[in-house]
Amino acid sequence: MAFSFFSPKRHVRTDGVFTKCRNCDGMVRIKDIEENLDVCPSCDFHFPIGSQRRIEITMDEGSWNELFTDIYPTDPLNFNAKKSYADRLKRCQQDTGIADAVITGCGKIGSKNAAVAVTDFRFMMGSMGSVVGEKIALLAEHAVANNLPLVIFSGSGGGARMDEGVISLMQMAKTSAALSKVHKAGLLYVSIITDPTYGGVSASFATLGDVIIAEPRARMGFTGPRVIQQTMKVDLPPGFQEAEFNRDHGQVDRIVHRRDIPSTLVQLFEFFRPRRIYGK
Amino acid sequence: MAKALQDRSDYLDFERPVVEIEQKIEEFETLAKTNNMDFSEEINRLHKRRLTIIRDIFRDLTPWQRVELARHPKRPQSLDYIERIFPDFLELAGDRAFADDAAILTGPALLGDIKVMLIAQHKGRDMKESIRCNWGSAHPEGYRKALEKMRLAEKFRLPIVSLIDTKGAYPGIDAEERGQAVAIATNLREMSALRTPIVCVVLSEGGSGGALGIGIGDHVAMMENAYYSVISPEGCAAILWKDAGKAPEAAAALKLTPADLTGFGIVDAVIPEPPGGAHRDPDEAAANLKQHLISVVLELSRTTETDLLARRYEKYRRIGFYADLSSQGAPDSSPES
Repeated sequence: MAFSFFSPKRHVRTDGVFTKCRNCDGMVRIKDIEENLDVCPSCDFHFPIGSQRRIEITMDEGSWNELFTDIYPTDPLNFNAKKSYADRLKRCQQDTGIADAVITGCGKIGSKNAAVAVTDFRFMMGSMGSVVGEKIALLAEHAVANNLPLVIFSGSGGGARMDEGVISLMQMAKTSAALSKVHKAGLLYVSIITDPTYGGVSASFATLGDVIIAEPRARMGFTGPRVIQQTMKVDLPPGFQEAEFNRDHGQVDRIVHRRDIPSTLVQLFEFFRPRRIYGK
Repeated sequence: MAKALQDRSDYLDFERPVVEIEQKIEEFETLAKTNNMDFSEEINRLHKRRLTIIRDIFRDLTPWQRVELARHPKRPQSLDYIERIFPDFLELAGDRAFADDAAILTGPALLGDIKVMLIAQHKGRDMKESIRCNWGSAHPEGYRKALEKMRLAEKFRLPIVSLIDTKGAYPGIDAEERGQAVAIATNLREMSALRTPIVCVVLSEGGSGGALGIGIGDHVAMMENAYYSVISPEGCAAILWKDAGKAPEAAAALKLTPADLTGFGIVDAVIPEPPGGAHRDPDEAAANLKQHLISVVLELSRTTETDLLARRYEKYRRIGFYADLSSQGAPDSSPES
C-alpha cells in the first residue's frame, strides 16, 4: 500500500545554500541542518534521513559491520503498471545506493554490541517486500545466535509492498515469527519509529518492540490518514497518529530526540540485559 | 424469457446464462407439479446443459471474476458454514479489555467428534447482522479477542480452526487509537508459536493484514472462489492508474487467486466448490469444507508439538523471492563483547 502524501523530499530546496523548513517555514542554512543531525535548528523538526546516514549518527565510528548485503530483490509477479517493478527497483537502487529498502548489520552503540536494521524511506517509501522480510528475519536469527539486543529503525509509508502482492503480506508473518524467537530467547528488541511508519510494517515488526521509541512527531498507524479521511468522511483530530498522539494513546513508550537515541539505547541495553538461559 | 430475472444484485453478469437455465428448470418442475405431467427427460437434459454452461464459464474465469464471486451477495458466510458444520458452536465473547467485536466470532465447537476452537470472521448476511458485525471489518478488540481464545485453546490443546472472510481491518480513528497495528502484529507473533495445531481457511475475501491477523497456521487453505491479497484490487488500481475502475486489471496484476497462491507456496490446499460457486449449493460447499478440515486437523493432531512448531516456523520463514548473490551462506558471527 502506498500513501502519496508522504513527501519523500527532505527539505524544500530553494537554492544550494538555504532551504525552507517545511515545518516552520523559516529559511535555514542547509549546512546547519546537516550539522544538526538533519533536525531544523530553529523548530526542532526531524527531517527524514536515509539509512546510511542513520547508521552514521547512531553507531560508534568504525564499528558498523553490514550483513546480508548480497540479497537483492526480484520481480516474482512480473508486475507491470505504468512502469515495470523491475525498472523501478533498478532506479531506486541507483538513487539510494542500497539493494532494497532495509540495511542490516551489527556494531556498537555506546560501546555496546547490537544487531541493527534501518528501513529506508527513499527506497519505494520503505515498503516491505521479500528482501526486507528476509533481511529482518536473518537479522533476528543473527541476534538470537549471537545473544545480541536487536534495534530496528522503522520508517515506511508503504507498508507491505504492493508490487510483490501477497508475498509481501507474508513477510509480515515471517518477520513476526522471527521476532518471536528473539522474544523467547529473552533478548531485548527496541523498535524505533521514524516518520512515517504505516501498514504492513507497523502491523508487524515495528510495533512488536519490548520498548517502542518514536522520534518527535513521527507518524505511525495502520491505516494512513488520507484513507481514513476518504473512507470514513471524518475530520482527523489534531496531531493524529503523530508520536505525541500515539504516546497519549498508549501506542508508544517514549519520544526521544534524534540526538538522544544512542544514549537512550545504551540505557535500555543496561536495564534489560539478557538473562543467561542455560541448557540452550 | 418472459419471466423477469431475479433482482440484478443477486447475480453477476457472467452468471446470467446459469441463472437463465436454472429458471427454465424451475419452470419445468413447477409445470410438472401443477399439471401432473412428466418432464423428467427435459429436466435431465437441462441439468446436463446447466453443467456444461457452468463448466464453460468457469474454465476461463478471470481473476476479477473470481473476486466478484468471492464478494457475491449470495455467497455463504461464516455463520452459514457454522450452522452446517459446527451446530454445537459455543460462542464465547470477551477480549477482557475493551468491547466485544462481532466481526470475529470465537468459541469452542465440535468438528465431527473433534473438539476445536473456532475463530471466524463474519460479514453479516442482512443489514442488521452487517451493522452488528461491522461488515466483517474488525477493530483491535476483535483481534485481541481472537488471541484470548486461541490461548485458551492452547491451554487445553484444542486445535484452532480459523475462518477468514474480510475486506480488511477497520480503517477508523478509534481503531487507530486502540492500536490496530499492534493488535494484528501481536497475533502474527503469537500464532507463529502457539503450541496447538492451527488450520486457516480463506472462505471468500482475504483482505490484507485484516485477514492475516487470524491467518497464521500450520495449514492454510482457500475455497476455490476466494482471493487473498495485500491490497484490494480497487485500492491497487487507484494507486497505479488513479482509477478504481481499473480494478479488473489490478486483480490480474496482483496474482491473488488460489492457483497463484498455491504456486507461491503460501496456500497448501484449494477446497473445491460446487459447480457455479458455493452460493449455488451451500450444503455441498460446507460438506467439502468439513471433510477437508477433519482430514487436516486429524493429520496435524498426530504431529508432535516440536515438529509442528518447527514446521510452522519454516513454512513462513521460507516464503519470499529474492536473489542471493553470495556463493556462501549467511555470516554466522559478530564481534562479541
